[in-house]
Amino acid sequence: MNLILAPILLPAVIGAFLLLRTPRLTRLGRYVSLGAMLVQLGIAVALFALAADGTIRTYALGDWVAPFGIVLVLERLSALMVLVTNILAAAVMLHAVLTDLDRRGWHFHPLFQFQLLGLSGAFLTGDLFNLFVFFEILLIASYGLMLHGQGSERLQAGVQYVVVNLVGSTVFLVAVGLLYGVTGTLNMADMAVRIANAPAQDQALLRTGAQVLIAVFALKAALLPLHLWLPRAYANTSAPVAALFAILTKVGVYSILRTTTLMFGEDAGAAAWAPAGWMLPAALVSLTIGFVGLVAARRLRGLAAFAVIGSTGTLLASMALFTPASVAAAIYYLPHSTFASAMLFLVADCVARARGPLDDRLEAGARFAGMGQISLLFLLTAVALVGLPPLAGFIGKLMILSATAEADAAPWIWSAILGTTFLAMIGFARAGSALFWKSAGEPQSNPTAGKAATLPAWGIFAVLVALAALAGPATRFAEATAQQLFAREAYIGAVLQPELPQGSDRP
Amino acid sequence: MSVEFLVASAIGVMTAAGIYLALRGRTFSVVLGLAMLSYAINAFLFSMGRLVIDQPPIWSADAATYTDPLPQALVLTAIVIAFGMTALVVVLALRAYLETGTDHVDGLPDDGGQHPDAGDEV
Repeated sequence: MNLILAPILLPAVIGAFLLLRTPRLTRLGRYVSLGAMLVQLGIAVALFALAADGTIRTYALGDWVAPFGIVLVLERLSALMVLVTNILAAAVMLHAVLTDLDRRGWHFHPLFQFQLLGLSGAFLTGDLFNLFVFFEILLIASYGLMLHGQGSERLQAGVQYVVVNLVGSTVFLVAVGLLYGVTGTLNMADMAVRIANAPAQDQALLRTGAQVLIAVFALKAALLPLHLWLPRAYANTSAPVAALFAILTKVGVYSILRTTTLMFGEDAGAAAWAPAGWMLPAALVSLTIGFVGLVAARRLRGLAAFAVIGSTGTLLASMALFTPASVAAAIYYLPHSTFASAMLFLVADCVARARGPLDDRLEAGARFAGMGQISLLFLLTAVALVGLPPLAGFIGKLMILSATAEADAAPWIWSAILGTTFLAMIGFARAGSALFWKSAGEPQSNPTAGKAATLPAWGIFAVLVALAALAGPATRFAEATAQQLFAREAYIGAVLQPELPQGSDRP
Repeated sequence: MSVEFLVASAIGVMTAAGIYLALRGRTFSVVLGLAMLSYAINAFLFSMGRLVIDQPPIWSADAATYTDPLPQALVLTAIVIAFGMTALVVVLALRAYLETGTDHVDGLPDDGGQHPDAGDEV
């Protein structure tokens, strides 16, 4: 099934091509990059349609049989993540092109393509060390994108972001080393089998490896207390790049979900449900911190950064119970929260561009051109992120609440989610009134503000509306995805014995 | 003294030094700390294939046992990545120093005063 390789291969080729002199210096690069983005979006839709039937497809790179070679695995969750990534990336790239952000440095489009390569690879790979490599690719591209456009604040924040992630990568290697030392394999499906059959004297090492691994993913997901790098990094990079980074925390969430359900499940001995003990309290506190920070933010991008922490906290709080229902609720909420926080960053960029010197500070200023449309967009984003009725955020939060109702920790989860929803509403009302309601004076024209720059934000909003309108099929898909995650024998079988009918399309 | 003890204590000392340096406030020592951490991790990864002396990794006609070749491949990958990242972080730190006039990771000037740029708030 060669199409599985396409989301990795295409950005690699296009990214390398865009580094050449002509596409870098002329507008050719922009059009090639946009065209490739559209093709990738098409591929992601095709993969999603393929995976929706519930078959687990694998692709053995170089035809080396698992567990000796690296396999790519396509199933519902990875297809969903690739699709979310590509929709988001298409909107962000369109925004960057419309606002000419991509002309403010040399390498925006190559870096963007390599970012896509790393993201798709991380979602599709079935090998733990390969996951590390794709993490590195997406991080290296993200360093470049984060610093794109430069400026002293961005450099300062960039140094911290890079250092934190380098330490994270080092710890990732420790975890991989520990798990490899005990199990002797790096293929995740094979590792799952070996962890289940590990002898008693290896249990302590296995548990340590599992906890260290999940801690690294928690760092990427900005779970408290490992969230401190996020607000400064996201608030100081350019807003469209921050919008793309909304998916980066979800890579951490995805990896926690993948490794825990596959390798550290019911029969993993001492490593069984390794993160379950501490993840729920950590997620609840980071959810609270995120929305408290949202109320305290003084810039719209800072507010959006805290919204990312809060929404990821909501996701992880639901996931931390590791029951099929709560995981299904998290999977339904995941695309919505990603798109909504990205949309907020795009709106923040529109606001900052239209207001000129006031940037996106939450202070009242003069009225600006296009304020009606931008304020409407802001209102819709706020409705989406707070989780108010017509949009999918409400359905997602409702699913999370009903999925966690039976749990022992239900009072904590319910009060945290409902309380922070209220806090978020206050924060957005405060920001909106400062930006739009209190502004007075004559509209100032600002030549840098293009009217069409709101188009990508409207595009993301259309996806949010579709998620709410198609809530029935979407929740059924989320439930099927959760069931597939918990039925790990099928995954293991598809990877290790691809000749069986459940497996791939390989002859 | 066994090889295991030597390797294990070397990894431990390097990790401790790396963490100490990475927590310092100046970018130069942070970079040194990161480099030292990555050395420690490379040795750690290598030893995860068990320390075997005088054995071939892939194939040899007269070999009775083999050493694990996979960690060596992993270490090679990790070295390449760590090397590239160290280069990047050095350039980045230098650039940040030249742009902001301080090599402090928080961007605070050397007299301990406020950040010169009020736009730092989030």
